[in-house]
Amino acid sequence: MIRFEQVSVRYEGNEAPVIRDVDLTVPEGELALLVGPSGVGKSTLLGTVSGLVPHFTGGTLHGRVTVDGRDTRTHRPRELADVVGTVGQDPLAHFVTDIVEDELAYGMESLGLPPATMRRRVEETLDLLGLVELRDRPIASLSGGQRQRVAIGSVLTPHPRVLVLDEPTSALDPAAAEEVLAVLQRLVHDLGTTVLMAEHRLERVVQYADQVLLLPGPGEPPTLGDPAALMEVSPVRPPVVELGRIAGWSPLPLSVRDARRRAGDLRERLAGHSPAAERPEEGRGAEGGAVAEADRLAVRRGRRDVLHRVSLRVGAGETVALMGRNGAGKSTLLGALVGAHPPAAGSVAVGGLVPHRTRPAELLRHVGLVPQEPRDLLYADTVAAECAAADRDADAEAGTCRALVAELLPGIADGIHPRDLSEGQRLALALAVVLTAAPPLILLDEPTRGLDYAAKARLVDVLRGLAVKGHGIVLATHDVELAAELAHRVVILAQGEVVADGPTEEVVVSSPAFAPQVAKILAPQPWLTVPQVRSALEVTA
Amino acid sequence: MSGRTSDTYDGGPAGRGTGTGTYDGRAPGARYRLGALLAPRETRANALHAGAWWIWALGLATAASRTTNPLLLLLLVAVAGYVVAARRGDAPWSRSYGTFLRLGLLVLVIRLLFAVVLGSPIPGTQVLFTLPEVPLPDWAQGVRLGGAVTAEGLLFALYDGMKLATLLVCVGAANALANPARLLKSLPGALYEAGVAVVVAMTFAPNLVADVQRLRAARRLRGRNDRGVRAVLQVALPVLEGALERSVALAAAMDARGYGRSARVPRRVRLTTHVLTLGGLLGVCVGTYALLAAEGARFGLPLLLLGLAAAMAGLRLGGRRAVRTRYRPDRFGARAWLVGGSGVAVAAVMIWTAAADPAAAHPPAVPLTAPTLPLAATLGVLVGLLPAVLAPVPERVGNSGPSTAGASGPSAAGSSGPSTPDTGRRRAVEKEPGDRERKP
Repeated sequence: MIRFEQVSVRYEGNEAPVIRDVDLTVPEGELALLVGPSGVGKSTLLGTVSGLVPHFTGGTLHGRVTVDGRDTRTHRPRELADVVGTVGQDPLAHFVTDIVEDELAYGMESLGLPPATMRRRVEETLDLLGLVELRDRPIASLSGGQRQRVAIGSVLTPHPRVLVLDEPTSALDPAAAEEVLAVLQRLVHDLGTTVLMAEHRLERVVQYADQVLLLPGPGEPPTLGDPAALMEVSPVRPPVVELGRIAGWSPLPLSVRDARRRAGDLRERLAGHSPAAERPEEGRGAEGGAVAEADRLAVRRGRRDVLHRVSLRVGAGETVALMGRNGAGKSTLLGALVGAHPPAAGSVAVGGLVPHRTRPAELLRHVGLVPQEPRDLLYADTVAAECAAADRDADAEAGTCRALVAELLPGIADGIHPRDLSEGQRLALALAVVLTAAPPLILLDEPTRGLDYAAKARLVDVLRGLAVKGHGIVLATHDVELAAELAHRVVILAQGEVVADGPTEEVVVSSPAFAPQVAKILAPQPWLTVPQVRSALEVTA
Repeated sequence: MSGRTSDTYDGGPAGRGTGTGTYDGRAPGARYRLGALLAPRETRANALHAGAWWIWALGLATAASRTTNPLLLLLLVAVAGYVVAARRGDAPWSRSYGTFLRLGLLVLVIRLLFAVVLGSPIPGTQVLFTLPEVPLPDWAQGVRLGGAVTAEGLLFALYDGMKLATLLVCVGAANALANPARLLKSLPGALYEAGVAVVVAMTFAPNLVADVQRLRAARRLRGRNDRGVRAVLQVALPVLEGALERSVALAAAMDARGYGRSARVPRRVRLTTHVLTLGGLLGVCVGTYALLAAEGARFGLPLLLLGLAAAMAGLRLGGRRAVRTRYRPDRFGARAWLVGGSGVAVAAVMIWTAAADPAAAHPPAVPLTAPTLPLAATLGVLVGLLPAVLAPVPERVGNSGPSTAGASGPSAAGSSGPSTPDTGRRRAVEKEPGDRERKP
C-alpha cells in the first residue's frame, strides 16, 4: 500500500539527511507503528506519505514514495487527499470549521463528493466513532479524547486507504487513549484501512500493532517487522517488554495479558520479597513541614466550579502525583497553588503565603510551576540569555541558572535558540529556570508529553534528586508509569473533587485505569516498576 | 424566557384545548395540523437560512433610516429585541447583542454631548441652560464651543442619535440571530476561498485571546508583573509567533485535506470569467457614481444593473473552476421567505409613510411638538414580530428541562453526556394521548 524506494530526506541547511535509505513496503490493511527515540525523523517519515514532505515543508527528497500507486513527487498533498488521511500532533490545529458535523464533511466538500454521498458517510462516521451525541457541538467545547476522535473522523469520511497519525494518544488520559485506539483497531479490522502511526507511549499502543517500523537512531536505516522480534533490539521499550527481558521470556510479551500468562514463575521468584525494601529510598518528608496546603479549596472559572472542596497537603521532600481524566481540574489546582486562580471558597497557602495575594517576584521563591507547554516560560533568543534573565528575575547570583542547565542538560551550547531544542531539552531548560529561585515547592503540569523513554528516565532521576534535597513536588500527569516510579502519594481528581488520596502502591494498584503495567502483570503482588523487580531479582541471583 | 419558548413549541394550550374535548375522533389530526403551523425546534435540517435573518434585519434598519419619530424608533428597537430574545441560540455570536445595545447607547450619548458642547444648527427659542462660550479665532468660523443649549437642539440631536442607535441595534440583531459561518457557506463558489479565510480568522481570534492569557500567566511564573502595558507588549511577540505556527499547521492540514483542488477549465472560459467580473465591477462603480452625481443620472441605473449582471455571470462562471460541493446547505424555505418578507414589509410601509405623511415620520423639533404614532406605520412595524413566531426555536441550555443543565455549554469541556434534550421533550409530548387514555 505504501512503498518507500531508497528514500532519504534532507532539509535546507542541514548536512546530514534526517532519514536515509528507507526501502520497504507497508502492506494493505496493517497497523504499522513507527518506533524510535526523539529526533530520528518519525514525523518526517510520516510527512512523506501524505506528501507534506517535501511539498509543504521544503527540503529535498531522494528516491520515491508511492501510496496506492500514486507517486508523491508528482502528486501534491491535495491530490493525495482521497487516499491518505493525516492527523497531526495537535488536533486543534487541524480543524477548519467550528461544528463537529461540518468538520466531518469538510474533506469531502473539498473533494467534490455528491451531497447525498456526503450525508450518508457523515452519518456512518458519526456511528463508527461514537460521535452521534456530539454532532451539533462546537469543537471548542469538546474534551481531548473527543477532539482526537473528531480529527480522525474528519479524515476518514473521504474513505482514505491510508491513515497517518502522529502521536494520537500522547495528550490523552488513559481512558480517552483506549477510546481512540479502539477506533483505530476497528478501522483496521473492519474497513481494511492501512494505519501508519508514530507514538512515544508504547505501553499503550504496541499490543495493537501488526508491524513495527523501527528507526533505531538518526540516519540509521529503518527495519519493518514483527513487533515482538523488533522489541528485542529497540532502544525504546515499554515496561511490559522490559519486564519480559528481565525475566528472560521469549518471544517477548507485548500485552499485559500475554505477560500475565507467563508470569507464574516470576511471581514465585519474587514471592519472598517486598518492593518497599527495594524502592530507592528518598527523603520521604511527609512528616516534615508542609510546603503547600489547600483546605477545602473551591475554584470557579466563569460559571463552572472547577474545584470543589479540595484538601491537599504537600510535605517537604514529598512527591505527589495528581491524576484524573482531562478536564478534572488538575491544571487548575496547580494554577491555584501559584495564585493564577483566586479561591472561591476555602484557602490555599504556599510556604505560609496566600499565592494570589503575593507579588510574583516574592512568590517565585516559594513555588515554581513548569506549565504544560514549557515554551510559554521561555522568552529569550538563546539559552544563555534565558539563563541571565532567570538570574535577574530570581535575584540569584549570576550563573546560577546556567549551572543548573549544565547539570540537567549536559553539553548544551549557549547560543542555541530554545525553539530548536527537543521537547525533553526544553522541559529541562524550563525546569532550570524555575529552579533558579530555589523554590521549596515545584509543580509540573504534564511533564512527559512528547518525551521518549530516555528523556523520561533522565527526568525521573532529576526529580528524585530534587525530592532528596527536600523539595516538595506535585506532578499533574496522565502517565501512570511516571507516577508509579516517582510519586510517594497519588491524588485522583474527578469533576473537581478528590476521589482518592493515598500512598502510590495502594491507590494505583486498585485502579484499573491508573495501574502501571508491572502492577497489572504481577498483581496481587504489589510491584509497581521494572527497576523494583530488577533489583529484587538481583538480590536473589 | 423559558416559559414562552416552551409554550410556542409543543402546541401548548391551544393543542391541548382541541385535544381533550374530542379526543377519540379526528382530533389527533386536527392537533397535528395546528401544530404544524407552530415553529418547530431548530435542527440542522430546518434551520432558518442565515440570509433570511439578514434580510429581515436590514429591512428593519431601512425602516429606521426613513424616520426620526422616536416612538416608531423605539418600537423598532422593541421588535428587534423581542425577536432576538425569543429566537437567539447559545452560540458565542448570539451574545454579541448586548454589545450592540451598549454601542447604540454610546452613540446616542455622544450625539447628545456634541449637541451640548458644539451647539446645534437648529434655531431654538427654549434655552435650557447656557454654557460659557469659548472664543475661537476667525479661521474657525462656523464652529462654536459652548453657548446656549436649547430644548429644540437637544431634541433634534436625540431623534438623530436614536436613528443611528436603532440602525446599530438592527445590525446587532442580525448578528445575534444568524450563524456567520453558515452565511459564508451560502456564498457563490467563486467567493468560497475568501469565505474560508474569514471563517479561519473567526476561529483564530478566540485562540489568540487564550494565548495572551496563558502567556501572561506564564510571566507571573517568572516572577514578573503580569499587568500593565509592558507585560502585554512583551507577550505580543510569543503570541504572534504561536499564531504564525498555528496557521502554518492549519495550512498544512488543509492542504492534506484537499483544500484548493481545482478543476481544469479551458483558457477561453477563464478569460471570459475575468473580463466579466472585472468589467462588471467597473460598471457597478461607474453606475453608482453616475447615480449619485448630479449629471448623468440617466445612464446611472442601466449601467449599474448591467454591471451587476456581468459581475454575477463572472462569479457564476468562476464557480466552474471549483470542484467543491456543499454539505447540507441551508435551504431558503417557506419560513425563510416569510421571515425575510416581514422585514421587507416593514421597510416598505415605512418608506410609504415617509412619503405620504412626512410630518408623522419626521416630527419637527421646531416648534416643539409631541410626536404621534401613525397607525399604519405602527401596524407595519409590528409585522416585524413575525419571526418570533415563525422561526424554528433554537436549542438553548436552561430552556429545555433539567436533563441538559450544565452540559453542552461552551465551558463544559469533558462532559460527554447526552446533549439531545429535545428527544426527552418530544417523548413527553408523544406520551400525552396515552396518559389521557389511562385516565378517562
